[in-house]
Amino acid sequence: MQKFSAFSLARQALGRHLGWTPQWRSVAPKPSYDAIIVGGGGHGLGTAYYLAKQHGLRNIAVVEKGWLAGGNTARNTTIIRSNYLFEQSSSYYEHALKLWETLSEELNYNVMFSQRGCLMIAHTVHDVQVFKRHVYANRLNGIDNEWMTPEEAKAFCPPLNISPNIRYPVLGASLQRRAGTARHDAVAWGFARAASDMGVDIIENCEVTGIDRDAAGNVTGVQTTRGPIRSKKVGVSAAGHSSVVLGMAGIRLPLQVNPLQALVSEPVKPAFPCVVMSNTIHAYISQSDKGEMVIGAGTDSYVSYTQRGGMHVPAHTLEAICELVPDFRRLRMLRSWGGITDNTPDRSPITAKTSVPGLYVNCGWGTGGFKATPGAANLFAWTIARDEPHPINAPFTIERFRDGALIDEAAAAAVAH
Amino acid sequence: MLLIECPYCGPRAEIEFSYGGEAHIDRPGPEVSEEEWASFLYLRENTKGVLAERWRHAHGCGRFFNALRDTRTDEFKAFYEMGEKRPDAEKKEGEGA
Repeated sequence: MQKFSAFSLARQALGRHLGWTPQWRSVAPKPSYDAIIVGGGGHGLGTAYYLAKQHGLRNIAVVEKGWLAGGNTARNTTIIRSNYLFEQSSSYYEHALKLWETLSEELNYNVMFSQRGCLMIAHTVHDVQVFKRHVYANRLNGIDNEWMTPEEAKAFCPPLNISPNIRYPVLGASLQRRAGTARHDAVAWGFARAASDMGVDIIENCEVTGIDRDAAGNVTGVQTTRGPIRSKKVGVSAAGHSSVVLGMAGIRLPLQVNPLQALVSEPVKPAFPCVVMSNTIHAYISQSDKGEMVIGAGTDSYVSYTQRGGMHVPAHTLEAICELVPDFRRLRMLRSWGGITDNTPDRSPITAKTSVPGLYVNCGWGTGGFKATPGAANLFAWTIARDEPHPINAPFTIERFRDGALIDEAAAAAVAH
Repeated sequence: MLLIECPYCGPRAEIEFSYGGEAHIDRPGPEVSEEEWASFLYLRENTKGVLAERWRHAHGCGRFFNALRDTRTDEFKAFYEMGEKRPDAEKKEGEGA
């Protein structure tokens, strides 16, 4: 693997940049592996990386039905934060946030993690009470979060309209300073490059069509469009298609998929210093390093695998943003797109063993999985390697729905989808 | 935006409706096991294909009805009243509703 540094950049520049080599190996599937990860997004590639790096497995395949990181890794709005209400969630997301803070050095790949702060706007008395409760709960859990008056929020994010005369006036905000954004593609590419360097085979255009099991029910491998591959451990990290893949082993997951849309504006000079989210009027926005305003819309209400939704959903978000940030009224929108999000009834993920020995699942990340990428990958790798969950992801089982031990972030996440 | 055909009011825009989730779910009695109760509460069909679902004409007549929709294309296959059998039930025999 070519190391990236100022020195290597200068040396390649002298050679007219003709000396760069591919960042990961393109390979055909071998007949058998020690572990197979289904799904080549950020979570899946990261899982393979941590399996190789921390658990000593080298003979690993990541199989991806499309191209690398072409699903929700490429479609999200790249917001990273850990200010969740419940202890179980905040420790999971904080585990991820801590990994984000050193990820570029760890991977020798600039994931452009920018801790520019995430401001969550309160518009009603109820919002104020709930957000203050979040601030206190987070601080008790050792996670930074602070309450700001409307004036303080405007000082932190000058484009905000804090006029008392708008339909949903800004009554205050909570700010997590360590929150921010990262470059979504770079995360996947960085994990792919580092994993490939340790011997992980990344196999694109290879769709899983069946899960093989022996007479005792143990997993023995997968059937794919590029032939059967044997392995005693299969970890599924297939986001919107988790139900489809796990269905091949007869497992029903408490998931439903909904389209979630996002859009970006034309690129402009730096005009928006942080991430702003508003639950009540349903808007979230940040500016990418390219200059585009990256805007997340709501979910469409119905189950769908189409990766697109109705225009009235982003229109609703844009109306809210035009009132909250009037400077943006003349911005033109360049692109909009959709992804399919896998939602659990309590809006918390599942990172767990399944009832089938050798089959593991990391799913249910719904509308907020990007922020967890290194954390989920790290804990999923632990779960697969040791055949038992890490204490942080131990509560995130499938069985919690039977046992009533929900982690009910449905009403506690920053944006209600 | 979907064009949805209310059996009582005719075709209307999606924004007049609210989604009611999977159709044809029977509430079990108190005698069932914890697994069955959890499955009634939390497990829903997540079909990649034709799904039977409920819609409510919230900003119209206010009534619930059922629809068949292909979740791969969002194309509606049928609209039918509550209490009616799933129109493609013969094809789905043995698979449950």
